[in-house]
Amino acid sequence: MPHWRVVDGMSLAAIALNRFGLGARPGDASPADPSSWLLGQFGHFEPRPAVVTSLPDAMAMTTQYRENLQQLRQMGLIGTRAPSEQQVPGAQAKAEQFQQERRQAYRSAYGGQVRARLAMALGSQAPFAERLVHFWANHFAISTDKLATITMAGPFEFEAIRPHIGGHFFDLLLAVTRHPGMLFYLDQAQSIGPNSRLGTLARGRNLPRQPGLNENLAREILELHTLGAGHYTQADVAGLARALTGWSVGGFGRRMLLIDAPAGAFVFQPALHEPGSVTVAGTRYAQDGEGQARAILSDLALNPLTATRLATKLAQHFVADAPPPALVERMAHAYLASGGEMMALYRTLIAAPEAWAQPLAKFKTPWDWTVSAVRALGWRDLPDGRLALTLNELGQPVWRPGSPAGWPDDAARWAAPDALVRRVEVANRLASLAGTADARALAPRLLPGTLSAATATAIARAESPAQGLALLLVSPEFMRR
Amino acid sequence: MITRRSLIAQGALAGGLAMSPRLALAAAGSNRRLVFIILRGAMDGLAAIPPRDDARQRQLRGGLINPPEQFGAPITLTSDFAAHPALKGFAGLFAAGEAGVVHAVASPYRERSHFDAQNILETGGNAAYALKDGWLNRLLPLLPPAPPPVAISAAMPALLQGAAPATSYAPSRLPDASDALKARVAALYEGDPLLHRLWGEAMATEAMAGMAGAGNGPGNPVALAQTAARLLAGPGGPRIAVLDIGGWDTHAGQAIRLGNQLRQLDNVIAALKAGLGPAWANTLVIAATEFGRTVAANGTGGTDHGTASAALLAGGRLQGGPAAGRVLGDWPGLSRLFDDRDLMPTTSLNSLFAGAAAGLFGLDPDLVTRRVFPAAPAPPLALIRA
Repeated sequence: MPHWRVVDGMSLAAIALNRFGLGARPGDASPADPSSWLLGQFGHFEPRPAVVTSLPDAMAMTTQYRENLQQLRQMGLIGTRAPSEQQVPGAQAKAEQFQQERRQAYRSAYGGQVRARLAMALGSQAPFAERLVHFWANHFAISTDKLATITMAGPFEFEAIRPHIGGHFFDLLLAVTRHPGMLFYLDQAQSIGPNSRLGTLARGRNLPRQPGLNENLAREILELHTLGAGHYTQADVAGLARALTGWSVGGFGRRMLLIDAPAGAFVFQPALHEPGSVTVAGTRYAQDGEGQARAILSDLALNPLTATRLATKLAQHFVADAPPPALVERMAHAYLASGGEMMALYRTLIAAPEAWAQPLAKFKTPWDWTVSAVRALGWRDLPDGRLALTLNELGQPVWRPGSPAGWPDDAARWAAPDALVRRVEVANRLASLAGTADARALAPRLLPGTLSAATATAIARAESPAQGLALLLVSPEFMRR
Repeated sequence: MITRRSLIAQGALAGGLAMSPRLALAAAGSNRRLVFIILRGAMDGLAAIPPRDDARQRQLRGGLINPPEQFGAPITLTSDFAAHPALKGFAGLFAAGEAGVVHAVASPYRERSHFDAQNILETGGNAAYALKDGWLNRLLPLLPPAPPPVAISAAMPALLQGAAPATSYAPSRLPDASDALKARVAALYEGDPLLHRLWGEAMATEAMAGMAGAGNGPGNPVALAQTAARLLAGPGGPRIAVLDIGGWDTHAGQAIRLGNQLRQLDNVIAALKAGLGPAWANTLVIAATEFGRTVAANGTGGTDHGTASAALLAGGRLQGGPAAGRVLGDWPGLSRLFDDRDLMPTTSLNSLFAGAAAGLFGLDPDLVTRRVFPAAPAPPLALIRA
């Protein structure tokens, strides 16, 4: 668009800071060599910083979840046993108090995880790598609207995503698929092969609910995580679902046939596994046991359709809502040529002239906008501590996209009338908290080369420093990256 | 630029003082209200509106056949169908001739991806992402002039995206930005076509909601329905609102979850009726989902992605019409299933949408099909009295 005056070199720095990174901070030096600055971040990116390791992990959260389930069952609040009509006096009040405490504990754990994610995003010296963490967590989204996942999305991102953003995609896919967060979210932990040892045993008995396959995880692996919609058949789903039976979470089986494993640890349960070979995406897998699904995932990771899907999503995230097909093709090719390395995708992306040609092509999501706004003020948190709440108000509660497809990544879904009003309201509040920060000096540092004359003038003519700052944060240049 | 308004003016001029029959019909439709509820995640139509005494259903559904006790017993709608007990209010409207059902409906889509299916439901096309605009947006040029339709959500659903103006609105708990800041933001966006348009729509909607006295309620669907009703009830308000209700993807533990979902939907419809007041008499509510769910229960007390589902209709405008207190559609039975697993689709959602839009707004059904559903035309259903 002719609206922005682009200055070469300076605008490259702005693109590196704002499009590939999480937004400039006032004290940061403008990168002299933007490409090297981005790729160099993998050298000092911290997969497991203290802010993460100090939190309860997925195993602790699973233990808590399991204990809660037991208590809820004992109180007759879940399960088949209906609450008795002649309850012990006070039982109702006791149950309510328990539920309240449980919800409070869950909220508190979730809140701690959200704060850790925000702290890393706000303080990171490797913002490109942090953005990739957010990207992959959204690609493999587990939404916190199930009891089992409220406190699990944080550990999922910290344990399955963060350590694997720079390696082989297969390692990421495997870590994600084995994590209890994913196994609970997409119901895999309860999937039982009809002809497995346990399935056969259950058929012999007259159980109220016969155990069986659940296709949910298998379908989303094919549709969302690897090949993409339209590139798999119902038979592929059924095959992968059969192969995945037995992939389970430790700590829930006290039935005799099941292996005892620590709560929250991945465990393969042979007694749940559907015997026999399966065919997925045209390949037959005759392995027996855990290796069967593993082999399928390995092939899916290197499938050209997966390469195209990953390249398309990354290019859409970093370049344009409708990414240039030639760039997508080059990225997919580099990925396949490297044997499935994600660094090949990133390197091709950063080397692509298309990625640097048009500044401000991407409309920021609420997360992007909020993080960049708080970074712009040089803060590590909000003075009023309401950062997570702000994201709820802006329509993008952390880790709660409501579906395994994750949040959409195009302007059509985020650039809506009401969304703009919310951002203006938040900008107004941030500016009111920021005191006397001078937006006139801040603007060219945050938006080198992309600050328009119109915005600079509007800021300069603001009736107060706070109003100037609010205008900077909602300016057309700051709304985009 | 030719606007709807100027076209109507020209039409009136060309025909002298007499209006053409179509314009007269369109004018009659100007007090009509449409609320479209997108049920995202695939509502189990068989659980919402089950056939009565169906042996095959009992056999395949197993433990899911009887709703949990806390919801009560299914409510008889007709000799052949019942409603899930959580749809108590809906069943009452049905008995009073202010609700109806179209069963075994599906979009032209026959795969099982939520995201593609929702896109087809919303665009009215026959392939995902083939059309860039929503069918409801394509309907707008056929309607009498009215304020733009409103999506009660922070983001704009595909259903309303397109060339015709549409707006979105969601109540917020944030403090209001000052009028002075808003005026400066308006000036700041003058050079940016996208932000300029969005900001203008937001301010227009905010002014309207302010007049209507919208509170700062939380974002639950019932509160959003109250907001929609307030906006639609006003004399100068929009005529069309879109609501989103998610949470229908019941792969596991369906019995309780679906009951709660249906109860919420029931409350949403009740809130619309209460909030619309006298305007309810001229209102049609359509609640539709992207596809149905498998007839058989799966191993985790749930159901998986299927094909045909049921669509619920409500509103005073249904009174005395073909859908009032009726379960419409060509019931395929459960002896033969689509892909050996799903309820067989026999009616296109586009038949329902075209028939509903034409009947509600007094438009020629064939014209609606041609203009709004050219990519996937289907014979319009008669739903509303002329």
